[in-house]
Amino acid sequence: MLARDQAADIFDRIKRLSGADEIEVLFSGGRFALTRFANNTIHQNVAEENHVVSVRTVFDGRTARATTNRFDDDGLRGAVESSEALAKVQHADSDLLPMPDSREAAGSADSSVRATQFPSRHFAQTAAISPQLRAGTVKKIVEVAQKHKLTTAGIFSNSETVEGIFNSRGLSDWHTQTLAEVSITMLGADSSGWQKANSPDVADLDPPALAEIAAKKALDSAHPGEIPAGKYTVILEPAAVLDMVGFMFWDYSGMAILDQRSFLTGRIGSQLFGDNITIWDDATHPGQTGSLFDGEGMRRLRVPLVENGVVKRVVYARATAERMKRSEHRDQAGPIEVTGHGFPLPNEMGEMPLNIVFAAPQDPQTLAQMIASTERGVLVTRLWYIREVEPYEKMLTGMTRDGTFLVENGRVRQGVRNFRFNESLIHMLSNVEAMSAPRRACGEESFDMVVPAMRVRDFNFTEVTKF
Amino acid sequence: MKQIANWALNVATMRGSSYADARIVSQKGRALTTKNGKVGSASDADSIGMSVRVLADGAWGFAASEDLSRAGVEATAARAVEIARASAQVKQQDVRLAPEKSVTAEWTTPHAIDPFSISVEQNIALLLNVDSELRAVAGITLAESNLNFNREEQWFVSSEGSDIHQTKYSAGAGYTAYAFAGNEIQKRSYPNSYGGQWQNKGYELIEELKLLQNARRIAEEAVALHSADQCPEGTFDIILDSSQLGLQIHESIGHPIELDRVLGMEANFAGTSFLTLDKLRTLRYGSEMVNVVADARQEHGPGLGTFGFDDEGVPAQCTPIITNGLFTGYLSSRETAHTIGENRSGGTLRAEGWNRLPMIRMTNISLLPGEKPLSLEQLIASTDHGILMQTNRSWSIDDRRYNFQFGCEIGWEIKHGKRARMVKNPSYSGITTEFWNSLDAICSRDEWTLWGTPNCGKGQPQQVMGTGHGAAPSRFRKVKVGSAYKGS
Ligand SMILES: [Zn+2]
Repeated sequence: MLARDQAADIFDRIKRLSGADEIEVLFSGGRFALTRFANNTIHQNVAEENHVVSVRTVFDGRTARATTNRFDDDGLRGAVESSEALAKVQHADSDLLPMPDSREAAGSADSSVRATQFPSRHFAQTAAISPQLRAGTVKKIVEVAQKHKLTTAGIFSNSETVEGIFNSRGLSDWHTQTLAEVSITMLGADSSGWQKANSPDVADLDPPALAEIAAKKALDSAHPGEIPAGKYTVILEPAAVLDMVGFMFWDYSGMAILDQRSFLTGRIGSQLFGDNITIWDDATHPGQTGSLFDGEGMRRLRVPLVENGVVKRVVYARATAERMKRSEHRDQAGPIEVTGHGFPLPNEMGEMPLNIVFAAPQDPQTLAQMIASTERGVLVTRLWYIREVEPYEKMLTGMTRDGTFLVENGRVRQGVRNFRFNESLIHMLSNVEAMSAPRRACGEESFDMVVPAMRVRDFNFTEVTKF
Repeated sequence: MKQIANWALNVATMRGSSYADARIVSQKGRALTTKNGKVGSASDADSIGMSVRVLADGAWGFAASEDLSRAGVEATAARAVEIARASAQVKQQDVRLAPEKSVTAEWTTPHAIDPFSISVEQNIALLLNVDSELRAVAGITLAESNLNFNREEQWFVSSEGSDIHQTKYSAGAGYTAYAFAGNEIQKRSYPNSYGGQWQNKGYELIEELKLLQNARRIAEEAVALHSADQCPEGTFDIILDSSQLGLQIHESIGHPIELDRVLGMEANFAGTSFLTLDKLRTLRYGSEMVNVVADARQEHGPGLGTFGFDDEGVPAQCTPIITNGLFTGYLSSRETAHTIGENRSGGTLRAEGWNRLPMIRMTNISLLPGEKPLSLEQLIASTDHGILMQTNRSWSIDDRRYNFQFGCEIGWEIKHGKRARMVKNPSYSGITTEFWNSLDAICSRDEWTLWGTPNCGKGQPQQVMGTGHGAAPSRFRKVKVGSAYKGS
C-alpha cells in the first residue's frame, strides 16, 4: 500500500520533471481480493495489487491529464510529458480556474467535518482477510444452501485502498479505506433469492444470516404464479429503491443544468416529489464511504438536495459555479456555491452528488409492517437492467429479479413471475405511501446509498417474463 | 518479458500447480472529447502488469500485480497458488481443461495507420469542426463528440509450453446532438450512440466514418424530432437499422450463448440463460433465414472481437451459433467445453487487462447478410405498413434473456412502401425466440456493417469488454411497439 509520505516524495519528483505553470497529481489504488462461488463451488478467486498516479499540468489556461501505473523515473517522466504535450496543443479555456490552495479547499465546511476529527473508514481486520478466511465464509454460505437443498452463487471480497491529491499550490489530502462485501444468490429449481451488503468494517457483515434470508426468498418464491402486468402497489426493498433513484443524481449538477440535459432544468425550487421525500448529499454520514474531498481537493459539503419534495439545490464544482454565476440559467439554478462534488479535471460532466442519504420519515415502518398493511401489492427484492427510456420525465425501464412476491390481505401470498416496469421517477417519488428507516444499501445498477424501503402506489408494470 | 513471465511459471510449478499461465499486458489509451465548442477532456493512460492463473488441488487461483521485479513476480505466483489451495476447500469436483496444442506465435491487428501517430491537434480540430457543424443548426442545445484509441500488447506463456506475443489496436469515434425545448430532450447520434463506431483498426477507421459529412443532417434530425408525432402503440412490422440490430444480437443472442452463464457461473451478477444444455441442436431460435456465427478470425473483419489467440492461448475460431434458424453452438472455454461434449475450447476467453481473470466473452457475434440482393430502400419499398427504427437510445433485458425492450432515437412510419412521417420515442419489446422467429427479410452484404460494442459488462469484479456484431437492416413481423410509453 502506498503511504502518504511516499506519495509526497513522488509528487516532489514529478514537480521537478515538469515546466508547467501548475501541476496536480492524483494517487489511487491498493489491494483487492474477491472469492467468487457458483454451483456451491469456489470457481473464481482473485487478488490484485495496483496503484496509479495521474498528472494534470496547466499552461496558460490549457490543461490535460496523463495516468500511469509505473512509478519509476521513466514512467513518471512519460506521464508528465504526455500530459504536457496534450495540454500545449489546446486552445486556452477561459473557464479554467487556478488550482485551489488548502485554505480554499477547506471552504465553508465547518471544523466538525474536517478529516482530522472524522472517524476512520479503514479497519485493519477488513484489510487482513485472507483467502482461507474468505473460503471459510463461503463454506458456511454453501452449508446454508445445502441445508435447504438449494445451490448458491455469489462473492465475498475485501479491499484496502488509498486516494490522494497534491497540487503545486500546496494543497494535499489523503484518504484510506477498507471495504468488505458479500453478495449471495440462492437458486431453487424455478426460483431464486438474493442479498448483498458491504461495509468498511467486516464486523458489520453477517454472511450466514444473509444466506438464510436469500434462501428463504428462494424457497418462498418456488413455483411462481403469473399475474397480469398493470399498475400495482409495490413494496420496494432498499436495494430496489437505490437502483431506481440512482438514475437521477447525475442530473443534480450545475453542469447538467448549464448543458440543459438535466430533468431539473426549469424545476429547481418547485415541488417535484411527495412532501415526504427529503434527500441529502452527505459524505460524512456514518452509513457512507469514500473520501471527504473532490477531484480538485475541495472539501465535500453536506448539501440538502430535496426538502419535503421540493428540489432545493444541485451541487457545483468550482468552475461550474463561476460559469453559472455568469449564465442566463443562474436564476433557475438554486443557491450557487462550490459544494466539493467535482470530478477530476478535465471532464465534461462537471460534478455529481455521490453520498446520497434519504432523511428518515416521520413514522418509519418496518418491511413487515408495510406488508401487513397492504391489501394487494407486489413485494420486490431487487431490480435489474435499469435504463432511462425518457430523460425529462425520468422514465426508467427494468426488470424485477430474485424474489418477487404477491402480497394479499397483509401477507406474502406466493412468488410471481418477474415483471418489466416502465415508470417515471417523478411519479414514483410522488406516490410513496410508507417508508422504513433508511440504511446503507447496495445493488448492482447504482452506487451505494443510505435509503429506506418504500411502499409506492400505481407502480407501472408493463410486461411479464417467462420465469 | 518472456523471462519475467517464466519466473512466475517456475514458482507456480515448484509450489505444486498442475497448470499455470502468465500474462504480461501493456495497455495504452488516448481519450479526447469535445462539448459545445470546447475540449471536454484530453487524457492519456498507460498501465502494465502481470497476472498468474493456476490450478492447484483441482481448483483455480489468480493473482495480479504491478510489480514486475523478480521478487514481486515470484510473490504474485506464490499468492496465486495459495489462493487456489483456498479455493479447493469449497469444491464439488476438480477443474478439467480441454486439451490444446501449445503454440509459439506472433499476431498484430492489421492496421494501416497507427492512431497514436496522428497529432492531437489534428484530432481535436476534427472534433471541433464536427461540433461547430452540429451547433450551426438552430435548436441544438448540447453537442458532444469523442475519439478513442487503444493499444494492448500481451505476452502469454503457459506451463504447457505456449508462448504468444499479441498486439491489438482499437479505435472509436462518434458524436451526439441534443435539443432541449419545452418539456422534452431529444437527441441524435452518429454513427451510433454511446461512443459511436468502434473497430479493431488503426486511424483509417476515423477517415472511413465520414464524421463531418453527416453532422448537419444528424443535428437537423434531433431538432425535427420535437415536431414529430409520438410513435404509435400497437403491433407493427418493424425494420431495424444495422446498429440497433447489432445491439439486439448482443443482448438476445450473444449473452444467452455464453456457456458460463448457462452453467450458472454468473447467477449472482450478470444472470443465467434460457439456453439450457437440452436446447443445443433442438431449439428453433429463429426463422429459416437466421444464420449467426461467433467469429474471432481476421477474415470476419476488424471487429472488437477479432484476435489471433484468446487469453488462454486458444486460436481464433468461427463457431456456428444459429444455422438456418436452429440453435447450434455456445461460446466455450477450455474449462467448459466438456459440458457440451466438445473436446476443444471455442476460444472465447478474454480479460479486460493484466489485472483481470479471463472469462468467456463474445467475439464477433454476427447475423450473416441475406444472400439475395436487397437494399434498405428496397426493403422499405416492400413493406406495406411498418416502423423503421434507428440508433439505440435504451436497452434492457431480463437476467435469463427472454424479455427485452429497446428504445431508439428516431423512427419512421412506413406506409405503402414509403417513409410517410418521422416519429419520436420509438420502442419495441418482445420475447427473444418469438422475435427472432418473426424475422422475414435481411438486407444483403452491401448494407452489412460490423459494429463494435465497447462497453459490455460482466463478471465480479466487473470487466468491460469490446465485442463485435455484424448486421444488415432486417424486418420483423408483428412486433409489440410502444408499450414503454403505455400508461405513463
Ligand atoms: Zn453485454
